[in-house]
Amino acid sequence: MSVFAHLPILPILIPLITAAALIPIDDRNRDLKGVVSVVSSAIVFLVSLSLMYAAADQPEGRPLVYLLGNWAAPYGIVLVVDRLSALMLVLSSLVALGAQTFSIARWHRQGFHYHSLFQFMALGVNGAFLTGDLFNLFVFFEIMLGASYGLLLHGSGPMRVKKGLHYIAINLAASSLFLLGVSLIYGATGTLNMADLALRIGQLNVENRMLMEAGAALLGMAFLVKAAMWPLGFWLAGAYAAASPPSAAFFAILTKVGAYILLRLSMLLFGAAAGPSAGFGLNVLLYGGLITILFGLIGVLASQALGRLAAYCIITSSGTLLAAIGIADKAVIAGALLYLVTSTLAAAALFLLIELMERARDAGADVLAVTMEAYGDDDQVETEVGVAVPRTMALLGLCFVITTMLLAGLPPFSGFLAKVSILHGLFGSGPPGAALSFHGLDGAQWTYVVLLILSGLSTLIAMNRVGIRTFWTSIEGTVPRVYLIEIAPIMLLLGACLVLTLGAGSALSYLDATASALVNPQSYIEPVLSAPRVPSPGEP
Amino acid sequence: MELVLSAGIGVLAASGIWLLFRPRTYQVVIGLSLLSYAVNLFIFGMGRLRVDAPPIIEKGGAGGLLTHSDPLPQALVLTAIVIGFAMTALFLVVLLASRGFSGNDHVDGRE
Repeated sequence: MSVFAHLPILPILIPLITAAALIPIDDRNRDLKGVVSVVSSAIVFLVSLSLMYAAADQPEGRPLVYLLGNWAAPYGIVLVVDRLSALMLVLSSLVALGAQTFSIARWHRQGFHYHSLFQFMALGVNGAFLTGDLFNLFVFFEIMLGASYGLLLHGSGPMRVKKGLHYIAINLAASSLFLLGVSLIYGATGTLNMADLALRIGQLNVENRMLMEAGAALLGMAFLVKAAMWPLGFWLAGAYAAASPPSAAFFAILTKVGAYILLRLSMLLFGAAAGPSAGFGLNVLLYGGLITILFGLIGVLASQALGRLAAYCIITSSGTLLAAIGIADKAVIAGALLYLVTSTLAAAALFLLIELMERARDAGADVLAVTMEAYGDDDQVETEVGVAVPRTMALLGLCFVITTMLLAGLPPFSGFLAKVSILHGLFGSGPPGAALSFHGLDGAQWTYVVLLILSGLSTLIAMNRVGIRTFWTSIEGTVPRVYLIEIAPIMLLLGACLVLTLGAGSALSYLDATASALVNPQSYIEPVLSAPRVPSPGEP
Repeated sequence: MELVLSAGIGVLAASGIWLLFRPRTYQVVIGLSLLSYAVNLFIFGMGRLRVDAPPIIEKGGAGGLLTHSDPLPQALVLTAIVIGFAMTALFLVVLLASRGFSGNDHVDGRE
């Protein structure tokens, strides 16, 4: 077995080893810990990229399957890398890399073991993307949540502790639902392996089907809490706005974990082969997603603090994704995946940018004063590292404009391309160049079209308001000191979106292939269940 | 047997949910703990109730769920207990921190 065959386990192993190795190092050597941690995140990013190329090279969208204990699939634990999970791995490691680099400038000094917590969360997120069975999904989910509690509380202060308390309580209750769902599904079908489950669902008798659907609904609730679907997402805005900026930037991936699992499970388990259960829950996702977009849209307009604005942008993007999953059309899903990548990168960049912009605000501004009081501003002298950036305001303004255009979906960036391909998927599923048909859409789909465009408008209005307040009418004209190490991660995240824009053709063809593999569950099931064991050296 | 177990799970879950909606942090902690007990028992129940069945294959006996109880839910429950315990401990720490900041034990930090 070549070394490359072990690539799928590395996005889990590298963060685990790094996190564990960093714990005994004294926190006074923070910069060393930060550098080690950033290097390890960069390695995970490279591994994820090579996994993405490997997954794209596989014939017919067959996933790479890694048998963890060398036991054959339905009995042993498997890791599965298909195009979708490889894409999510690249996205999460890129966001992690950016947020972590940003934290070295000052935020990792606000508490203990920041980098270990960060790596543990990366471990949980990557594991959730890779695992091929429901119970390991639970374990990775809990690792991710446990670390996110620590990251949310990082920096302490009354506001973070209060919001952290709510966040933990809600997630613990959601985990109970998760366990109930998993155990009901096991009780009804006798398996937890996703591929095996997809095979068995079509053959269930009436009573077991009822139990299985109840289990799937409970399981779905747990992920909908994570993906912040209305009315399960009221916790999000407060928690994300209270978190320290690099933590909040990394949290941008958390709602996407929920959306990813919902996409994966609805397509795999409730495809055409599921018999009477086919399409289970899709309407909940569609209508729930629509209301979530509306909720996010209003929230974006109503929020005064920048952190809340960014949090509501995350809710809007979550709603857009859920509704796209609910429509369950191949072309719409391909567009929604491009939207997922773009909105995650842009939201993460926005969370980082906010902190730099708030430094530019008039120090006596009441908003900031209230924030500082609420968060318990620390008295320690701020010693920052690195080179200060010249022409700070121009650079910050440019980054802010690009982020706005990405989030609102204005041309020419990838946010626009993503929304156009969702709309194109809705209107015309014919060959390229064929006339678009406006007649095949039902009421919910029309609502989706309208909300998709309105949400862009509301984001644009809200971000314009903030931009004018910060960059044009700054009363004191204070120019913040911004260091290279703080602006570089933002440019990295935005640069990734630019790459996505320039390479939109190849990105979309990758995502089209991803979506075709998703709507054809057989291309996932068969390779997982038939993955060969590696014979041990003594074995004939 | 079935009645006792289901009544037990029901009472635990109902008290847990009621406590979860109370305004005091301590009540919320106890509520979450009761809820996780109910969930753990429920996972056990999903392995089907068996009385006097050996937990693993007996020596020389053939494997099969007719001769021994299903070991998988027990493994699941063990993991769930460990994780639930750790999360409750963490929650307690946050509860104390919250009390330290706000001076009371209301979940919103004020009466």
